[in-house]
This record gives sequence, C-alpha cells and structure tokens, in this order.
Amino acid sequence: MSDDTRIGGSSGKFPVTRWSAVLAARSGDPAERSRALEAILAAYWKPIYKYIRLRFNKPNEDAKDLTQDFFARLIDKDTLADFDPQKARLRTFLRVCVDHFVANTVKATHRQKRGGDAVHLSLDFPAAEAELQRAKPALAVGASAESFDDFLEKEFIRSLFGLSVTALREFCASRGKRVHFQLFELYDLADDDSARAGYADLAKKFDIAVTDVTNYLSFARREFRRIALENLREMTASEQEFRREARALLGVEPE
Amino acid sequence: MNWLSDEAIARLQAAGTLPDASGTRYRIIERVGSGGMGAVYLAEDSVLARRVALKILDLPDARGELTQRLLREAHILARLEHPGIVPVHDAGTFADGRAFYAMKFVEGQRLDRLADSASRGAKSFPDRLRIFQRICDAVAFAHAHGVLHRDLKPENIMVGPFGEVLVMDWGVAKILASESASPAGVGTSPHAAPDSTAAGLAGQPSLANPVATVRTAHGAILGTLGYMSPEQLRGEIDRLDPRSDVYSLGALLQFLLDGRSPSTASTAPPDASTSTAQPSRAQSEMPPPENSAASAAPPIPPALAAIARKAMAPEPASRYTSAAELAQDVARFLDGMPVSAYPENLFRRLARLASRYRIALVLVLTYLLVRALLLFWLKR
Repeated sequence: MSDDTRIGGSSGKFPVTRWSAVLAARSGDPAERSRALEAILAAYWKPIYKYIRLRFNKPNEDAKDLTQDFFARLIDKDTLADFDPQKARLRTFLRVCVDHFVANTVKATHRQKRGGDAVHLSLDFPAAEAELQRAKPALAVGASAESFDDFLEKEFIRSLFGLSVTALREFCASRGKRVHFQLFELYDLADDDSARAGYADLAKKFDIAVTDVTNYLSFARREFRRIALENLREMTASEQEFRREARALLGVEPE
Repeated sequence: MNWLSDEAIARLQAAGTLPDASGTRYRIIERVGSGGMGAVYLAEDSVLARRVALKILDLPDARGELTQRLLREAHILARLEHPGIVPVHDAGTFADGRAFYAMKFVEGQRLDRLADSASRGAKSFPDRLRIFQRICDAVAFAHAHGVLHRDLKPENIMVGPFGEVLVMDWGVAKILASESASPAGVGTSPHAAPDSTAAGLAGQPSLANPVATVRTAHGAILGTLGYMSPEQLRGEIDRLDPRSDVYSLGALLQFLLDGRSPSTASTAPPDASTSTAQPSRAQSEMPPPENSAASAAPPIPPALAAIARKAMAPEPASRYTSAAELAQDVARFLDGMPVSAYPENLFRRLARLASRYRIALVLVLTYLLVRALLLFWLKR
C-alpha cells in the first residue's frame, strides 16, 4: 500500500493528540499553525480535488492546478483566519472558499501567477484521479448544490477513515498485532460483501480459532474507532461540534 | 492509504456502534433494528451454531438504570414461555460494558409491513382475524402471569413465514402486584401496584418508541400514541390493568381491519404544563372508531367494527374485561355466532344465520323450488 502524499499521508499521521487543528490553524505560533494546516490538508485535499473535478467539470490537469493553488493560497493568505466555527463547519467553509476560488480564477492566469516563491504541495493526484474513476460517482455538473455537498461530505469521511486505517495499521504493527490488522483489512475493508471471507475461512487462513477472529476484530474495531475519533476531534472546532460529528459519522457518543 | 469503497465505509461506520462481543459465544453479524437506548443485532451463537437476536444497549451504562431495565425485560420474557412470545436464551454484559440479552431470531414480517395495502390484499378478513386471535392469546397469557405489555402496536408484532405470531418488545412491560394472578382473576378486578420501573425511569425513552415517552403531572407515560389507552395516556399508572392492553388490542384490530393506525391527533398527550383535566376531557370526547373502520374498502362487517369499538371504549369498565374475552368475541364472529359487542335485532339475526348456513339454505331453497316445479308440471 503506497502513500499518496508527503503531506500528512506519508506518515499517515494525524498527530495522536486531542487538540483541534481547526483552532490551531489560526494560532500565532508558526510551528503549531503549520502542523495544523498539514493535518487539514491531509484530510481535505482529496475531497476538494474530486469536488473540483465533478462540480466544475474540470479536466484532470486543471483540477490539479486548482487544488494546488487553492491550498497554497489557503496557507499563504492565512484564509483560515476568517473561519468562524460558530457559523459553519470547516467543510462548509472550505467548500464555499473553493466555489469562490474556482469561479474567480482563470487557469492560465493562475498558472502565470504561480511563481517560484509559491508554496508547492506534493500531492498524489494520480491516486486521487484513480479513486475518482473507480468510484464513478453519478454526479453531473448540473446536479444540485445539495448533491455536491453530500458528495464532499462523503469524500471527507472516506479521507478521514482512510487516514485512520493507515494509522491503525501502524499502531497494530508497533504493538505486534499484525494479524489483527490483516483480519480487519480482509473482513471490514473488503470492497464489497461478496469479496469477504467468513470467520471460519479467516480462522483457517491464519490458523487461529474462530473465537480469536471475533476477539481480534473487536480489538481492531475498537482501536479504529478510537483513532477515527481522535482524527475527527482535530477537524472540529468545539466539543459540541465534535460530539455532533461523532454521532453523525460513527453513531457514538464520545466518552 | 487504501481507497475505501462505500461498502467498507458503511461497515466502518457501523463498527463505530458495534458492540464488543469478544470473549462471548456470539458473533455479531448486523444491526437489524434500533430504538431509543439500544438496538437489536442479528448474531450467531457459535456454540450452538444458530442465529439469535441480541438486544444490546447503545452505550455502557455507568449508572446502571438502563441495564436494569434491559435485564428486567429479559426476566419478564424468561418467565413468559408461550408460542406467541419471543423466547429469551441468555443475558449478560459485553466487554465494553454494554448489557444485552439473547433471544430467538424471528424471521418474518412486522405486522405493520405485512398489513400494508399490497400485502393486505393477500390476507382475507379471517386470516387477519386469526393473526389477531394469536396476539390476544399471547397477551392473555402474559396477563395471566401478571404482566402488562403496555406498548402493543403493529411494529411490535412479528408474523413468521409459517403463520406464527410473536409479540415482541416487552421493554415497557409492567408487572402487576400479584405475580401469581390467576387467569380468571386477571381482567375481572385486577389492581395494579405502582409501577416502580416506570416511576424510576420517568422520562427515559422507550426502546420501542422514544418519542412516545412523555411525562404528565400524574406520572410517566410509556407507550405509543394512538395505541395507548386513555388512562395510560394520562399517566395514571396505578389505574393500569389488563383492560389497558385490551384497548391497545382494539386499536390493533382496527389497524388489521382497515390498515390504518388509530388517529394520534385526537389522542395527542398534553404538554406537561397542561392542566391535568384537559387530557381526560380530550380522551373522553375521543370519537369511537366506528367511522374510520367503516370508511375503508372492503367494508368492515358491523359486528367486527363493534368489537373494536368496545375494546377501545374510553372507560375501562365499558371494555372487554380481558384479552381472552376479546378473542372469544372474535372467535364467535368467525364462527358466525352472535358477538357480545353487537346486539342483534331479528333482521340482523336472520341475516347472520343466512350467512352462516348459506349452503344449507341454498340446498333447501333449491329443493323446494324443484319440488314446486314438479308439482306444477304434474298438475298440468
């Protein structure tokens, strides 16, 4: 499994702390701000790229440029300073920013503007494009704004869960629980239900008891949930928002 | 980072609430239903290699109130061994602190879905009434063992592929004062003890229908609007007896006859701040279900409508005294006999007898006609 991007993706890290990246992105401390922006970028660049591709019907190359430029501008111009968590969620804020950004940008002009001093982000666009082609979302340019909101929401969840899975893999490896993760991968991450092996097959494959499969999967799911909640906490600005999001995404009331 | 399919994401989202069954004999397969504080999961019992249903709290219950309520439901089910009541197999607490109990996994359809317009066409009146009789049998059995269901509604009735009928969700059931109440005694003059569970959990959502749990000046109401008796709706817990369930059975009968749930508009509970006199008046002025039952197609026999009306009488004293008595009246209707809820004049009685003995009547009339024709022909 290759990593997609050097920003956020290579380490698979949302830092395993409980600070809010959304709030830290507006911090006066450059190091803290940089770390927060990295976390936000890791979670959002793919959803934003796919959103631009579909919402504005942009070709692959244009969407890449626009995504690059959008996040470069986000970092350069400190756009997140304008974000008010009381008024909207970060997703909504970013979506509105993207809409404005794309509407006001002419690709050629923008390319010219991007000089040698501009921030360049190393993002794995081919991977994002491949995901888009694989998912084949049934969204046309003329689809309703709500449809695109739903799409962005779904892609955010995909991105957040993907990063959580990567973190879980590393966590399991560090604890000597590779089998736990492999079972989780084979059973819970299978592309579709027909591709899933049964508990008995998995037990045979790993030469363990069926009850071990149950226990190992329970462990992996429990840790996945913990990591996903930590990641989610970073993407929210308040405890209230975090709890609301946790209920919506995972159906749980965080402790 | 792997790309996650929509199916995988759905699984991961479900995993967020999936109970931790590690260390138990159960392997959770999927969530099949949910309620206010818990959910029902399809699971496999790995020891007996059979499917079971697990009712599990949504969250660990630090204070233990919800756990007590769930386990109390399991205890009630455990003592109600009847073909019409879902049997409980096991109870306990998972590693994540969530209480659960295991019961038979019932494959079938909920009555509300079975009774929708498309399916209802396939079920004749007698078929539907036989389902109703089985519901009454199970409820009468529970009453005989000192238990009121208090939340009888189509969503809580399962009809299996072989015609089995099971009354589900005893989460808000009430144990009457005398647990050894005799079948004869129940329904005649039972007096319920104060409901410690309802009082202790006043305001707690019902597993079956959280929105239906409201509080009045008198006490907590646990049940479902439209199917609750007026006294239950008023929160008069001390007054509840088997006739309260009889009211709900009447509402179920009406639903089976016309496919519509009783109107909730006329039975909407008062706000907690509302004067306690108002709900009483609203209830007593509630129109009987005669018109609603008669307006649907096909027309509902008046005797059946009268049975539903009697079961749903605003005053408990005017209702059937027990579920068994209600079932008997339905049985009499099915057998073409007079029913207690529908006094007959001579014309109605003749019409009923003609309907009951229509084959014999046709044969006799045919015989008389042929004989008359023969006599007429011979005289010529």
